[in-house]
Amino acid sequence: MNNVAIELRGITKRFGSVVANKGVNLTVCNGEILSLLGENGSGKTTLMNVISGIYHPDEGQIIIGGEPVSINSPHDAFNYKIGMIHQHFKLVDLFTAAENIILGLNEKGKFDIKSVSKKVAEISSKYGFDIDPNKKIYEMSVSEKQTVEIIKVLYRGADILILDEPTAVLTPQETRKLFDILRRMRDDGKAIIIITHKLHEVLDLSDKVAVLRHGEYVGTVNTSEADENILTEMMVGKKVELNIERPEPVDPQDRLVVEHIDCMSREGVKLLDDVSFTVRSGEILGIAGIAGSGQRELLEAIAGLQKLDGGSIIYHNPKTGTSENLRDKTPLEIRELGVRLSFVPEDRLGMGLVGNMSVVDNMMLRSYRRGKSVFVERHGPEELAHKIIKDLEVATPDAETPVRRLSGGNVQKVLLGREISSSPTLLMAAYPVRGLDINSSYLIYDLLNDQKRKGVAVIFVGEDLDVLLDLCDRIMVIGSGRITGIVDGRNATKNEVGYLMTKTDREEEKSDAE
Amino acid sequence: MRNNHKTHKEPLVYITKRGELPKLKAMMIKAIVILVGILFCALVTILLTSENPLKVFKAMFTGSFGSPRKVWNLFQASAILLGISLAVTPAFKMRFWNTGAEGQVLIGMLATITCMFYIGDALPSWLLIIVSLFASIIAGAVWAGIPGYFKAIWNTNETLFTLMMNYVAAQLVSLLIMYWVPSGSMVLGLVNSSTQNGWFPTIFGQKYLLNIIIVALLTAAVYVYLKKSKQGYEIAVVGESENTARYIGINVKKVIIRTVLISGALCGVMGWILAAGTDHSINSSAVGGNGFTAIMVSWMSKFNPITMIFSSILVCFLQKGAGEIASNLGLNSSVGEVLTGIMILFIVSSDFFVNYSIHFRKKERKEKQE
Repeated sequence: MNNVAIELRGITKRFGSVVANKGVNLTVCNGEILSLLGENGSGKTTLMNVISGIYHPDEGQIIIGGEPVSINSPHDAFNYKIGMIHQHFKLVDLFTAAENIILGLNEKGKFDIKSVSKKVAEISSKYGFDIDPNKKIYEMSVSEKQTVEIIKVLYRGADILILDEPTAVLTPQETRKLFDILRRMRDDGKAIIIITHKLHEVLDLSDKVAVLRHGEYVGTVNTSEADENILTEMMVGKKVELNIERPEPVDPQDRLVVEHIDCMSREGVKLLDDVSFTVRSGEILGIAGIAGSGQRELLEAIAGLQKLDGGSIIYHNPKTGTSENLRDKTPLEIRELGVRLSFVPEDRLGMGLVGNMSVVDNMMLRSYRRGKSVFVERHGPEELAHKIIKDLEVATPDAETPVRRLSGGNVQKVLLGREISSSPTLLMAAYPVRGLDINSSYLIYDLLNDQKRKGVAVIFVGEDLDVLLDLCDRIMVIGSGRITGIVDGRNATKNEVGYLMTKTDREEEKSDAE
Repeated sequence: MRNNHKTHKEPLVYITKRGELPKLKAMMIKAIVILVGILFCALVTILLTSENPLKVFKAMFTGSFGSPRKVWNLFQASAILLGISLAVTPAFKMRFWNTGAEGQVLIGMLATITCMFYIGDALPSWLLIIVSLFASIIAGAVWAGIPGYFKAIWNTNETLFTLMMNYVAAQLVSLLIMYWVPSGSMVLGLVNSSTQNGWFPTIFGQKYLLNIIIVALLTAAVYVYLKKSKQGYEIAVVGESENTARYIGINVKKVIIRTVLISGALCGVMGWILAAGTDHSINSSAVGGNGFTAIMVSWMSKFNPITMIFSSILVCFLQKGAGEIASNLGLNSSVGEVLTGIMILFIVSSDFFVNYSIHFRKKERKEKQE
């Protein structure tokens, strides 16, 4: 059973000037599981969209069953027996599993839901799925919905299955069950491509591992010959020097002490699991991790936007010397306690700013409550807007322009400028340089360093390891909602951090299995 | 998908978004679109009725400006429409789709009529008017507040909920009329017609002047509230992005409920004006669709109270004109309504032409270029 199911040769895909995939080669045989490994933005999803007919490659060839083919639509992909299971399910909530499975299938003859159910039952028993074809989607758990998605592509006769981060939403028990099913499908001769960030899953499940880095194809290794070190090195690559300034922290004091916080999603997946750490004044604490590992929940919990299931968040006020527990307080209550907390969220226009409002009105977001008057006071915000536009060189026609008309870098300057203007004692910035050009990025680093020199405790959530290693005093790594390690930014290596990012606690997994 | 083997046909028409246009150019585009609308109306008139379109347009004008009484009627109708448009605007600005103004105004009317009916003789007229006002405000606020509360707490769909409340209000009115009118004719005459207790006084001999003054004050108040007050700012933030509102510590539920109560209360005020200042009676369709037309007026004006003044006058002018066409030229009343509909469609769509530009496929030449 070692005939090639699908082969990619020199696939290149560009979006404008951005190269998402560059010369990618990939071979998957029948009866084989291939893991596709790479950091955020390394081009994994783009590549899979090329295979499933959503994008057309600019260069390169796709070969299926020895023949070069052109996949121009998801429908073509389906004809070549390729099935994609997306990270975000595409199911109709009000329909049953069986109805969703045949949705969009133009089968000839009478619509016969009973025979569908029968066929679904056959597939289920063959691979060990546990599903009731007559159950409605809205009554299902996340893992059941995923099962429906998988059966959907199997029902259509797919022989090549692509799963985009299937374990991201699953509990460890559900993950094990999924892997058993995937192994059974492999033994049945299917070719399976699985996108994942978790190294132990890669080593546990797959036969081969292909690694992408910044859109480039690094190589493929057999899992039997690989270990975590080799894979991490392939994934993160060599350290690049960026020459970002890093002043020494002056008299660091504990500003925020987070202890044992837990947070559950509605599906019962742990988003934050026993997280403890300390943020100190005059220091930048970096947070590294694969996207969606709990960074957002962590920052929102501190900002009073995320309910917690356990633990405490203690803030030490440098002015009064008192300590307050911020857990389960609203943002307003936190403010009223005299906590000078500034937060630059990941979603700049959807959370930090209002896109349709002018720069001035966006300045007002933080200050409009001031004073007893029922009317808003616009002079202060106007002055602040002009000051920020001048000091941070925001490119905008005037202060009354809606911020959504500004470019990404200028939007970020407006947001960060506003947050810094309230002279915070604790500043949290989530992916503050995402999408920004080099100059704007360095301006943001300088602003963060200025804050650090003023004795502000800074939390910097980043995705570029080179930046984290050059800018931060300490780097905390988060993986699947757990802290997998805290390292010193001055002497940690890229490999070390990369390894921590993909590590999940082994002992926990084992005790779960027992 | 450029280098596909299949020849890819370019669509005949494609639409692209324009950048910000200078104000003058935007106005020009709007004027052209409206002019095209008028010409289109003329064409439809000729095709449907073979009447001279100029005659029809003239009839439309006399419908609104034919006599002083007609002018007063135009302003009275515009004031009512404007008032209801103002009432729905705070909710709309918050992206709360209040389609229940019809019912909220009606229930406000009912509150005033009930006061006039039961305590009309016990209180002096001025006090009765004030008591009615408070009753109407409470009634309107409650009628909007119920769906608002459900929306804030359980995130129910406010559009359906407010719409359904209209029917409840209408049936409630029918029920009470049945109870009040012993003859079973289901027609409630003028309440307190002999004493005129609870009726608005006439000022300077004009019956509707007080209505118009009150609505003018309301316009100023709503304008200031939305543009200058802290609460107005909160409404805008919640409407634009609930996440941002949460992020800066706005209590979103509280703002939703508060704003919907205000919207309902303003509807109640309009019910009070309709009952005490205009109709002095009530029936289940007394609001006459103004609650729905107001939605259009509010949108057309981009939720700006000042623009709403002109929009509501324009809509009422078209409506009055349509009525005039029906009675004067002996045409079916539907012709007038068709023309009104066409005009409004063109006015509303003029925005589309300001925001987007339309390109037609250029034949041959373009294909060669590619």
